[in-house]
Amino acid sequence: MKNLLARHCARFCVVAIAGLACLSEASAGAVPKLTTITVSLPDPLRQFQGADAAAINNNCLVCHSAGMVLNQPAMNKATWTVEVNKMINAFKAPVQKADVPAIIAYLVKHKGTR
Amino acid sequence: MRSVQDGAPLIGRRAVLAGGAAGLALAHSRALAQTFVRLPLGSSPRARALTKDFPQKGEMILQRSRPPLLETPFAVFDKGVLTPNDRFYVRWHYSDIPTTVDVDSFRLKVHGHVEHELSLSLSELMALPHVEMTAVNQCSGNSRGLFAPRVAGGEWGNGAMGNARWTGVRLSDVLKKAGVKPGSVQVRMHGLEKPPVAASPPFRKSLALDHAMDGEVMIAFAMNGEALPLLNGFPIRMVVPGWYATYWVKMLSDLEVLDKPDTNFWMATAYTIPDTPHADMMPGQTGVKFVPINKMVPRSFITNLQSGAKLPRQGKSLIRGIAFGGDEGVKTVELSLDGGRNWAAARLGKDEGKFSFRRWEADVTFPKPGDYMLQVRCTNTAGIVQPAVPNWNPAGFMRNVIESTRVTVA
Ligand code: HEC
Repeated sequence: MKNLLARHCARFCVVAIAGLACLSEASAGAVPKLTTITVSLPDPLRQFQGADAAAINNNCLVCHSAGMVLNQPAMNKATWTVEVNKMINAFKAPVQKADVPAIIAYLVKHKGTR
Repeated sequence: MRSVQDGAPLIGRRAVLAGGAAGLALAHSRALAQTFVRLPLGSSPRARALTKDFPQKGEMILQRSRPPLLETPFAVFDKGVLTPNDRFYVRWHYSDIPTTVDVDSFRLKVHGHVEHELSLSLSELMALPHVEMTAVNQCSGNSRGLFAPRVAGGEWGNGAMGNARWTGVRLSDVLKKAGVKPGSVQVRMHGLEKPPVAASPPFRKSLALDHAMDGEVMIAFAMNGEALPLLNGFPIRMVVPGWYATYWVKMLSDLEVLDKPDTNFWMATAYTIPDTPHADMMPGQTGVKFVPINKMVPRSFITNLQSGAKLPRQGKSLIRGIAFGGDEGVKTVELSLDGGRNWAAARLGKDEGKFSFRRWEADVTFPKPGDYMLQVRCTNTAGIVQPAVPNWNPAGFMRNVIESTRVTVA
């Protein structure tokens, strides 16, 4: 691979046009054949843990896995409230209004600043 | 079924592994053999699982499983200037990512303020003249986890970046084929990624028309001589050299020429930075003007030593790493052994083009035993140098402070 690139470069990277020094016409040989691919993505497993997790599990796993929340640093109640509102207002998260206090309480209890 | 657990467990790893249905399922998954890395983040949680469970990817740091956020382990950057495709970081916003892409039926649509709408097959696209460029792709929020005070978002270490040799066609050639109408101002890019909730704002990004037509912005169909991994945007993605990766739209399927500036959420609200030097502001500061993030700034890293390394007193120690100039080439890389008081130029490796990583190395003799604070700084060819103090902004963008590595010489 290294060699290939080096050889390639020797042939094509010398065309240094002012302002376009990095862009060079490529050879037909460098083009990979594109073929249809199918992949499978792993399933996120984790749900939020704990007796108080029902509200967050019911509302916050539609768009992203729990890791999006669990890997956040500890944040205070005001910041978590802004986050939950951002999900609802900016991303149109279908959150049950009645669940909002329980979601915020969960975040503050488990991911709150101490 | 493969499954991966992302995120720091709240009640301790043992308890999670043993607990409930999730615990049972885990017994059959590779996740049981999980190993963890500790990222040098400002506060906990710092542990992240290493995963090999994602298609076309080797071992990656699991930041989030759905939609995937996978960080490149930093040791990869010591191996060479090109980041291998199977170790290249992965970053998606929405979870509805096609897992099959049919190369025969795939089309790139070009529409909006144009003379002729286009619906290009891959072979029609690839019939345009090919160009190649080596360029760094770096997430706007690379290193966000090192912000102090901490901010919400993808809590990356320094590995949300990579450098590849991209092959593709010029965006300008595609736009010329469609015929851009007078009065056009921007080109909006959209890929196949979709939100699972229809009402969420679709992930769309726009470039000024002049930028789109500059002949450098490209649509890539190859990365390091191979087809793009699906998670890096197969079959085609934008390459916007020198600009943050938010503009490098993956699985590009739609180009829309606009006659008014784009005010969609992902341009006007998300991915905006304070319009100040280094995109820096005070936490809580009000009245700050925000603008869309744009050009990258220089960075440099030591790649063959980690903080805490022990080095011999006798003889020379080889210290090496990578640097990039942002939207310009690397002019100099300097190393300091005394926390930034004195600097000496490092040797630069082969120049792979101004948008590429550049290798640097230095042979260092330490005057006496003891603790040293190594620092490395890059100055780009426009004379922009990395700052000595970190920037701060609420979204955690554009970190490029001079990096420090503590070593002990004995
Ligand atoms: C409609 C989809 C949707 C739902 C439902 C949703 N989110 Fe999000 N969330 C997003 C998107 C989109 C992002 C940004 C993702 C990215 O940048 O990769 C995000 C990001 C986040 C982040 C990271 C910080 C940030 O602001 O980017 C946190 C924390 C978060 N969400 C918490 C929650 C919580 C708590 C809930 C439940 C109330 C929730 N989300 C429900 C779409 C959603």
